[in-house]
Amino acid sequence: MRLDPIAAPPLSRQIGLPALALVATLLVAMALALIAGADPLATLGLIAKGAFGSKFAALETLNRATPLIFTGLAVAVAFRAKLWNIGAEAQLYAGAIVAVLLGTGALGAPLVLPVSALAAMLAGALVLLGPVVLKTRLGVDEVVTTLLLNFVMLLFVSYLLEGPMKDPMGMGWPKSPALIKEARLPRIVDGLRLHWGFALALIAAVVVWVIQSRTTLGFEMRAVGQNREAARFAGMPVNVVLVKTALLSGGLAALAGWSEVAGLKGHLSSDLSPGFGYTGIIVAMLALLHPLSVVLSALFVAAIFVGSDSMSRAAGVPTYIADMLLATALLFMVLALMLTRYRVVWK
Amino acid sequence: MSDLFDILLSVSFWAAAIRIASPLIFATMGELICERAGVLNLGIEGIMVIGAFAGWMAVYLGAPLWLGVTAAMAAGMLFGLLHATLTVPFGLSQHVVGLGVTMLATATSYFVYRLALPEVTSPPKITPFAPMDLPVLSDIPFLGPVLFQQTALTWAALICAGLVGFVLFRTPLGLAVRAAGENPAAVEAQGLSVTGLRMGAVVVGSGLMAVGGSFLTLSAFSSFFFEMVNGRGWICIALVVFGAWRPGKAVLGALLFAAFDALQIRLQQTPLGAHLPYQVFLMAPYLLSILALILMSRRAEVPAALMVPYRKGER
Repeated sequence: MRLDPIAAPPLSRQIGLPALALVATLLVAMALALIAGADPLATLGLIAKGAFGSKFAALETLNRATPLIFTGLAVAVAFRAKLWNIGAEAQLYAGAIVAVLLGTGALGAPLVLPVSALAAMLAGALVLLGPVVLKTRLGVDEVVTTLLLNFVMLLFVSYLLEGPMKDPMGMGWPKSPALIKEARLPRIVDGLRLHWGFALALIAAVVVWVIQSRTTLGFEMRAVGQNREAARFAGMPVNVVLVKTALLSGGLAALAGWSEVAGLKGHLSSDLSPGFGYTGIIVAMLALLHPLSVVLSALFVAAIFVGSDSMSRAAGVPTYIADMLLATALLFMVLALMLTRYRVVWK
Repeated sequence: MSDLFDILLSVSFWAAAIRIASPLIFATMGELICERAGVLNLGIEGIMVIGAFAGWMAVYLGAPLWLGVTAAMAAGMLFGLLHATLTVPFGLSQHVVGLGVTMLATATSYFVYRLALPEVTSPPKITPFAPMDLPVLSDIPFLGPVLFQQTALTWAALICAGLVGFVLFRTPLGLAVRAAGENPAAVEAQGLSVTGLRMGAVVVGSGLMAVGGSFLTLSAFSSFFFEMVNGRGWICIALVVFGAWRPGKAVLGALLFAAFDALQIRLQQTPLGAHLPYQVFLMAPYLLSILALILMSRRAEVPAALMVPYRKGER
């Protein structure tokens, strides 16, 4: 088997193959439903209905998509520069901690929301700065250090919630006190359960897109990602670019935790994120690392999760079908992406 | 301070250190084989999960313990084959594919577990490997309980590490595998297939990772529960670096690491443990792994072609 590069891939190939990857994922979904003893088409229908079938379901999907847009952007920004930030989970919790620190009375309106958002971004950026400095200074692989820091951060959160940040009125549950009203993100429309975090996520996507496509930093990040040595040779400050990328990526991931606490939950508990940081990797890859597509991809991923929860209650197929599907989609998508640029020659 | 000496002189501490090291030794050897051949296998965490699950499930369904280990190995090799196919002939990003394999293997374990046991609230138990009872040897003071009252799977881990070291450094096959990770073009010039060597290494290595996972359910805990692997896979990747890609040093690293882990569990029971929150002790293994990576960063002899996909005829 040999891979021949295609000089100018036709548009049909560039769109057709990723579409095929999604269709293949749906086929896997149907096969899994069959294995679980359910009707394949009905299962897909139940997932779609659970995600978009009612106003409540659709809002739930949008709410679930909010942190995923942030973590998806965080991963997309980092991966584009070939900075392997697998620590969005830790950065998310850093943002959530700051939301509680500043949102429980330390600051009042109107300062509390903007200040805590910026402080959260700073905290997330600092969490990623450590591994990145280790990488640029000592050549320590950032994949493993960011992964390991996720576990450290979860234990730190658990310590905070059982110690200094514990809610005295929490009946013994390890959770933080509730945020004051002024520190909560208001709902976009009165009566609809959707908070301003979602709008902020959309704005973040546009801002990242502008940075990537219209600024020198964006150009440098792409160049460093495409060929680090060539970028260095061209006189680019590669390490500085990597650090800037890390600050942006860590800050975005932190906003996911910040908006979950300030917008949705109103307090911090150690089950705040069911792996939003890791799922951000899937979101970013399905979006082909494009910031605007991250929004669509996060909606798709959120729909699979919300829909599967609801389907699982109705049809009895384990809800982990969602995780299997998304991992499958990720692998199919990277394969499809490669095949848009290379032709497989069997001989 | 005297608490520390009491711990370090106790039989149970050293026995625990070797027990804790066993799954790490299997999985570290697995990762080491992959990386020596030039493939970073980030599927390790998920492959350990599927190994823990498949081994446990097989025994739960009535298979003998060693068949459980075999089932775990087969499951690990299957996911290893997926990883190898995508990263070697197709040359896809080893980072992304590895994370995808970890997610897929983990989700598959949880999905099948829930499918097979929808109603259980407390995880069912199996009868795990029993500690060995060797005549004379097990009765030696100190050494007996530390070395010869371990389960057979612990001994399998130590033997496995010896075998991996022997094959990698004393046989033509090992030389070819190492060359595939150092200078693939030279391997191809010898008429050997880089693709075949790398795929074989990833499949075999993944099998060992899964056996490491199965140690948790078949020897250590006797039931399967979610998040039981808990980052051990990532720690093993750090151990490969710490061991400078050498099986002997990696085993020493795993033992050292396990000794620290056994120590932190015991320190929690001392007056020191009453002063510090228990989370500080639980963080120690992860922080220690990061420290190990920092210490070795200057001296690491990374395989030259690690993470570099090989395409015939390209330079």
